[in-house]
Amino acid sequence: MADKPRSFQDIILRLQTYWASKGCAILQPYDMEVGAGTFHPATTLRALGSKAWAAAYVQPSRRPTDGRYGENPNRLQHYYQYQVLIKPSPPDLQELYLGSLKAIGVDASLHDIRFVEDDWESPTLGAWGLGWEVWCDGMEVSQFTYFQQVGGYDCKPVSGELTYGLERLAMYILGVDHVMDMPFNDPDAPNPLTYRDVFKQTEEEYARWNFDVADTDILLQHFKDAEAECQRILEQPAQDPKTGKRIIMAHPAYDQCIKASHLFNLLDARGVISVTERQAYIGRVRALAKQCADAFMQTGAAGAAA
Amino acid sequence: MPDLLIELFSEEIPARMQTRAADDLKKLVTDGLVEAGLTYAGAAAFSTPRRLALSLDGLSAESKATREERKGPKVGAPDKAIEGFLRGAGVTRDALEIRDDKKGQVYFAVIEKPGRLAADIIAEVLDNTIRNFPWPKSMRWGDAPLKWVRPLHSIICILSDEGGAQVVPLDIDGISAGNTTRGHRFLAPDAFSVNGFDDYEAKLKRANVILRADERAELIWHDATNQAFALGLEVVEDRGLLAEVAGLVEWPVVLLGQIADDFLGLPPEVLQTSMKEHQKFFSVRNPKTGRIERFVTVANMVTADNGATILAGNQKVLFARLADAKFFWENDLRVAKAGMEPWLEGLSNVTFHNKLGSQKDRIERIAALAREIAPAVGADPDLAEQAARVAKADLSSEMVYEFPELQGLMGRYYATEAGLDASVAAACQEHYSPLGPSDDVPTAPLSVAVALADKVDTLTGFWAIDEKPTGSKDPFALRRAALGVIRLVLENGNKVPLTAAIDGHGQQRFSMVGIPLHKDRSLTETISANAFDLLSFFHDRLKVFLKDKGIRHDIIDACIAMPGNDDLTLLVKRAEALAETLATDDGENLIQGFKRANNILTQAEEKDGVEYSYGADIKFAEDDAEKALFAALDAADAKIAPAMAAEDFSTAMAAMAAIRPAVDAFFTDVQVNADSQVLRRNRLNLLSRIRNLCLSVADLTKIEG
Repeated sequence: MADKPRSFQDIILRLQTYWASKGCAILQPYDMEVGAGTFHPATTLRALGSKAWAAAYVQPSRRPTDGRYGENPNRLQHYYQYQVLIKPSPPDLQELYLGSLKAIGVDASLHDIRFVEDDWESPTLGAWGLGWEVWCDGMEVSQFTYFQQVGGYDCKPVSGELTYGLERLAMYILGVDHVMDMPFNDPDAPNPLTYRDVFKQTEEEYARWNFDVADTDILLQHFKDAEAECQRILEQPAQDPKTGKRIIMAHPAYDQCIKASHLFNLLDARGVISVTERQAYIGRVRALAKQCADAFMQTGAAGAAA
Repeated sequence: MPDLLIELFSEEIPARMQTRAADDLKKLVTDGLVEAGLTYAGAAAFSTPRRLALSLDGLSAESKATREERKGPKVGAPDKAIEGFLRGAGVTRDALEIRDDKKGQVYFAVIEKPGRLAADIIAEVLDNTIRNFPWPKSMRWGDAPLKWVRPLHSIICILSDEGGAQVVPLDIDGISAGNTTRGHRFLAPDAFSVNGFDDYEAKLKRANVILRADERAELIWHDATNQAFALGLEVVEDRGLLAEVAGLVEWPVVLLGQIADDFLGLPPEVLQTSMKEHQKFFSVRNPKTGRIERFVTVANMVTADNGATILAGNQKVLFARLADAKFFWENDLRVAKAGMEPWLEGLSNVTFHNKLGSQKDRIERIAALAREIAPAVGADPDLAEQAARVAKADLSSEMVYEFPELQGLMGRYYATEAGLDASVAAACQEHYSPLGPSDDVPTAPLSVAVALADKVDTLTGFWAIDEKPTGSKDPFALRRAALGVIRLVLENGNKVPLTAAIDGHGQQRFSMVGIPLHKDRSLTETISANAFDLLSFFHDRLKVFLKDKGIRHDIIDACIAMPGNDDLTLLVKRAEALAETLATDDGENLIQGFKRANNILTQAEEKDGVEYSYGADIKFAEDDAEKALFAALDAADAKIAPAMAAEDFSTAMAAMAAIRPAVDAFFTDVQVNADSQVLRRNRLNLLSRIRNLCLSVADLTKIEG
């Protein structure tokens, strides 16, 4: 591998290699629409309970309100986050993180890297933590959080979470001013592709759909359905009547919670949620997240006795 | 006498918490040591982004042994009493001595505490300090139970004297105290050991860490102003930002950067706010044009390219930020120039408070109220209404959405762009003022009218829905709003009858915008019922305000008891005149005379069951002193009535004070309770004239002493 990464995917691959070498399980993106890497059950649910955990993954993330038809140099409705979650947080997590920057070509002796206070809170997940935004030469390149609570539960032990906004970070490392100009694969490949080649058209398509076309009645119905299904799943008895096993369906229920959250974001982008209603919707999603956390805490993955 | 050095080395401490934390460390440790019987000569605390440090010199090497005798209950007292005594004294029952006392045999506890080594005490105190540190927010990490602001990595705790340095043995959840620390995260990351404070500070400096925050701040300011000066520019002073930036770096390196030409046309406040809030940059101004043309950023790093990469990165980030700001500004200008209508409409979707309607409803109320108040403050009612209607339009603008702290200021820019009168534009900015006790009070009549209307509406509304401040809780900053009203009225010398503003017209305003009715009684009735309570709240705030100006609360009470007390300017004029009068010899003695007259009268009225309020006649006056008092009262009455009508309180009160010699002489020479009922009644009625005269000026019964 060359000293400096040359493309977007090169940066992703280096992060994968680096965190794999530090003992993380390299997971794949969660196969649902989410607003951020934190929503992946490998973070949200695995931050709960007593069992040790270490995972890293890319998570495609969607924020419908941020769509700009691919014209804004920095804003996208679909982008990638790189997410690392290690439980318990190791004492050298800052050093590990700085090692990852080195792996993707940020030479700490030339740059100004700073840990600037940033308390993280997710009202929809009922979660909060303390940590920093990491600045490189005045630009926020990552979020660094020690989870204190998720789904209303105190995190014991505490997980350390790292989130890299991949496009912004890669643009900085590659010296690109407009996201669409960024080389996606190797610029010397037989078929060199830019971020534009891959995503410009979809940014336009989704921006149009998100802002003007999505059927709000259907979205609203889907929201209600997801909410109802989540609760129905959680109301099932722990004992599965067919297998006789104890199977608490925390993950299927949490999928519905993720759905509800994304549907709320879509409704928000369509501008049909008033300021006062916003809080109510967020509260409804949070209620689901809390119930999913309750369920997960009773499972083996959380360290509960089987 | 050994010296003590403590360092608590952690991951990055939020800048805003560092100074306070250093002070807390000093206080908790020194208090703990002193309480345990140690003394020290001097203490100093320091903070950097990664460490809190404390240096104590001249510490006593051990605490003195103490012996205390405590007398307990009588022998044979109930077990409960004896157990309580044992608990309080911290001894066991078999350690009690029985001694003879005057009243019999009594238990005595002898509490002996041996002297303890400083190291033992320090270990205990530091453990306690770390576990109970008052961080605004603290956290856990890994699987340790310990809480700190961010993960704590190492502790230095050493006692040093001529003989050398010794680590104070201490272990907190696996972190053992030692004598080593680390320097700058990137420039000098290796551990090194220290043997005392001077060694510590010197080695840190060699390891690229300046321990003292004020030294870092000074260095930043010095370098920044020098670099700006070399270009004929000046750094915009911002002490808060300087303190914050000094808390973000251990080794400050000042870099001066460019702002791209595209952005130099933005309002200077926008440039400044965007650079400060997002990037912690200082603004650099051209003193000739007043424009902001450059920025200063402070890095925490020395690089081989003298910061070129760092500066280029920062400039790039700033470019993106300012491109956003410019985008907002240009979009906003389009709306502003077209008259801001969409913004005003948009405010109907913004809830002010769920029981008090939207921002638009609120604007309707403020506009109506501003119109009412306008004549009293010398503003044009039409303009006042217009100003109130647009004063909050900028809340819908993109710029204020991004930078809420620019509210008002952007309103002024946009109102100007909309072609509105300059006084209306000024009101957009100034109607939020005064925000605090030291904030300037607007003086332009239009700004005063809207500022008053805004605050009175807030108070009336929250009073109506029973969200009053209680104790330390004042989530809607209502005390501040009331103080704002007080300062606006007093400093401009306006006559604004508050009762009308908060009561009668308040009802109309709220029903006008259709605020929903309460279950059993309407909000409008609530407002009426609360008007008196709200006025008392104003009076309470006024007392606090005037107390700072040296006017006693009983003097204010004496004036609040008078009619017209919702006119704060009048009220304060009265209080000032009364305070002045009471400071004179005549005034002070007249109070005694008044009280005596009032006491005699009250007793007589109670006893006789009648009111002696009328009909004192000079023809029944026998004594010269009595006749002189009639004359003095007549003379005073003649002066007081017109002076009061003209609100000339000084003259009225001087006239009141002038009756003092006559009152004193009367009490010396004349017996009120004469044998003759005719004389007695006449004299009581004369006392009543003294009382009435005094009470016509202020309620002197409220005066203490």
